[in-house]
Amino acid sequence: MSFGKSLKAGLFTDNPTLVQMIGLCPTLATTTSIVNGIGMGLSATAVLICSNIVIALLRKIIPNKVRIAAFITIIAGFVTMIDLLLQAFIPSLSASLGLYIPLIVVNCIILGRAEAFASKNTVGQSAVDGIVMGLGFTFALILMSIVRELLGAGTIGGGAVTIFSQPATIMILPAGGFLTLGCIIAVMQKLLKKGE
Amino acid sequence: MTSILSISLGAILINNFILSQFLGCCPFFGVSKKIDTAFGMGMAVTFVMGLASAVTWLINTFVLMPLGLGFMQTVAFILVIATLVQFIEMFLMKSMPALYQALGIFLPLITTNCAVLGVALQNVQKGYNFLESIVYGVTGGLGFMLAIVLFASIRERLDASAECPKCFEGVPIALISASLMAMAFLGFSGMKIW
Repeated sequence: MSFGKSLKAGLFTDNPTLVQMIGLCPTLATTTSIVNGIGMGLSATAVLICSNIVIALLRKIIPNKVRIAAFITIIAGFVTMIDLLLQAFIPSLSASLGLYIPLIVVNCIILGRAEAFASKNTVGQSAVDGIVMGLGFTFALILMSIVRELLGAGTIGGGAVTIFSQPATIMILPAGGFLTLGCIIAVMQKLLKKGE
Repeated sequence: MTSILSISLGAILINNFILSQFLGCCPFFGVSKKIDTAFGMGMAVTFVMGLASAVTWLINTFVLMPLGLGFMQTVAFILVIATLVQFIEMFLMKSMPALYQALGIFLPLITTNCAVLGVALQNVQKGYNFLESIVYGVTGGLGFMLAIVLFASIRERLDASAECPKCFEGVPIALISASLMAMAFLGFSGMKIW
């Protein structure tokens, strides 16, 4: 599959969050502002690419019976690295994402791609898969956070431009997260039906 | 005593794991089509969260902290949780087949439930002692169970009778119901804990 085709699949027709509906927890929890959304998306993408590459490298060595435990250990190692790097270089982002950075370990997208793709394909293909799926996840997060930040805080770009002075705060509260994701997935289903 | 009470109320109602912290959303949407399975999942999660809180607290206090390995928390906790779930599964299969029948299929799914790792990490962050950690784990699980059982009963009704636009069928309408539930739970945030 060419890069363009797999990019389209990852971003749109096979988007991990909006179509496969996995990895919903960070999608809902961290999209209160666009800065957080992008930060979370790129952190998860970095972990996904690294873990996909390492798992593809080790796919013939890891015994089948303990593969899940081995995958989780590899993923947890990379998550710890990202966590410490963020704490050291972008402490403000690390503080606002908080608990959700270590929780990338249990993000179903990463374990799902390890099991479904990286454990069966070559290193190059797995790296591409990691990039594409990671970008799809980031895309979903950005979409969510634009809507929620605009309606819930009345700003665009992490408070850079103020649009409304009296925003609907409910949109950056948990209830707004569920509502926005529901509407975005509904739009997605409509568009995909049309595309068929 | 008051701290135990406030932790429990907080975990069940005010800071509900699903509806206000978004921990454990995958099973919340995946296993909530029927009330029975939702109840089974809730039981299994409560059980594992309580045990995992106790075990990870012990590991953190007696192994990681004395050795100065605090940065290995994530790796250590997830491995402990994965092993624990495996042990529980084997133990239940051997000694309590009835309970295994009820909870068995949910157990493997729990390893990747972020509520379990989340509760272990939060116990450390909030500096809870051993008893408080267990209480937070168990009541967090009960809050999860409350939310998932309520949600499953809403979804059963939805599937049976509600009509909605075609593109909203399935997950989108479930997400919107969850949103309304979260709004209702928002009301608890005004509750004062003495």
